[in-house]
Amino acid sequence: MGVGIKVEHLNAFYGKTQALFDINLTVQANHATALIGPSGCGKSTFIRCLNRMHETIPDATVQGSVRIGELSVYNGTSATQLRRRVGMVFQKPNPFPTMSIYDNVAAGLKLNGFTNRKQLEEIVHKSLISSALWDEVKDSLHKKSGASLSGGQQQRLCIARALAVQPEVLLMDEPCSALDPISTGKIEELIFQLKEQYTIVIVTHNMQQAARVAEFTGFFLLGKMIEFDKTEKIFTTPSDKRTEDYVTGRFG
Amino acid sequence: MRTRFQQQMEELREKLLRMGGLAELAVDRACQAYTERDLTRCHLVLENESLINAGEREIDELAFDILATQQPAATDLRFILAVTKINADLERVGDQAVNIAERVMDLIELPAVELPVDIGRMATAVSAMVRRALESFVEGKAELAQAVLEMDHVVDRMRDEAFIVLVRKMNEEPQATQQALDALLVARNLERVADHATNIAEDVIFWVLGADVRHHAQAAGAAPRPERTEA
Repeated sequence: MGVGIKVEHLNAFYGKTQALFDINLTVQANHATALIGPSGCGKSTFIRCLNRMHETIPDATVQGSVRIGELSVYNGTSATQLRRRVGMVFQKPNPFPTMSIYDNVAAGLKLNGFTNRKQLEEIVHKSLISSALWDEVKDSLHKKSGASLSGGQQQRLCIARALAVQPEVLLMDEPCSALDPISTGKIEELIFQLKEQYTIVIVTHNMQQAARVAEFTGFFLLGKMIEFDKTEKIFTTPSDKRTEDYVTGRFG
Repeated sequence: MRTRFQQQMEELREKLLRMGGLAELAVDRACQAYTERDLTRCHLVLENESLINAGEREIDELAFDILATQQPAATDLRFILAVTKINADLERVGDQAVNIAERVMDLIELPAVELPVDIGRMATAVSAMVRRALESFVEGKAELAQAVLEMDHVVDRMRDEAFIVLVRKMNEEPQATQQALDALLVARNLERVADHATNIAEDVIFWVLGADVRHHAQAAGAAPRPERTEA
């Protein structure tokens, strides 16, 4: 099952440049939360602070508190420990190109020393079913490489790979921006099903996508979270003029 | 800025204002036709009706087009929803004006009788409601719309009073029954126009404030109002 996320007074920096300013946010367990905002507003930086990917960039630093369930992200938890509980899917599908479909999904578990072959098969099967890819690849699990799949299939493979380590939270950074409408529709349908078991945070430039898949939406601007509310409120009667201007396309 | 989108929204607004002008004119002409027993104005109302119907279709098509292609949100989405509902109300205002005009055409055939009801005063109140509801749309001001909601009680009371005195008239002077009945039906038509003006005002409040004030759900400081009428 998914767990909630509690972010308090989060500030993020790239060297001396501050990218996020005092973000406070509670993400509900087993719901999809969308983050929207113009390019450079800090939404991707924010999501990368949730699984400590931000600090992988030289000179990047974080202040404040993030809790994933009972786990304190910046207080004594190792990045490896954390990322077992927080999966991530990126804008561009990034399967391991030389590995088979099966090995792509099993990679995370194998890296963690998981060797039970029968259980591994079960988890790969379950993950591919959860990511709605099983029917399309079941006959070529070992024959085809991850890179041989279409863009939409590759993205679902990456979702299966993230699910295989049985995380509680799934972070998605513009997961459909490189996909056609059919593949986008499949991923959105998937998000809808996955939130029964996982907590999902999705960064998207596509406002209609946020409106379709997320129960809650946060609007970021210039590193600040301007408004956070139920998605229908953000898209019908936002409280802040800046949110209104952004969702109606009057921004800039 | 989404220039094409803004142009379409402006076009939608202008079309609705034209439609509002036609509906307002239809009510005014029908009421004048009644008070002056004027057949010419009755014909003008009937001719006007086809323009109102065509206007309703055009507005619906444009709103549909914008919804399908522009995915409006927030105030724009509320505006389009409000426009489509106001459009339907204006078309029905036109229908009520036609009903009044047809009633007058029958009435002109009958001898004129003195009736204890001031239809002209009721018509003035109803026209003012329609005009103010449209002004609240033009100005985008919820307070103007709120004032329209409060006027609805006055018209309802006029209709109730008309009903009482006209029924009494029919009892006392059976030879005036047809004329009294026509006046009663005109009063009912006018009261329905007032209900449509109320609906329009509610839609303006929804567009401007995002608040649903229909069916007794009140905006801050509003007096309780009767149910919305689907006439």
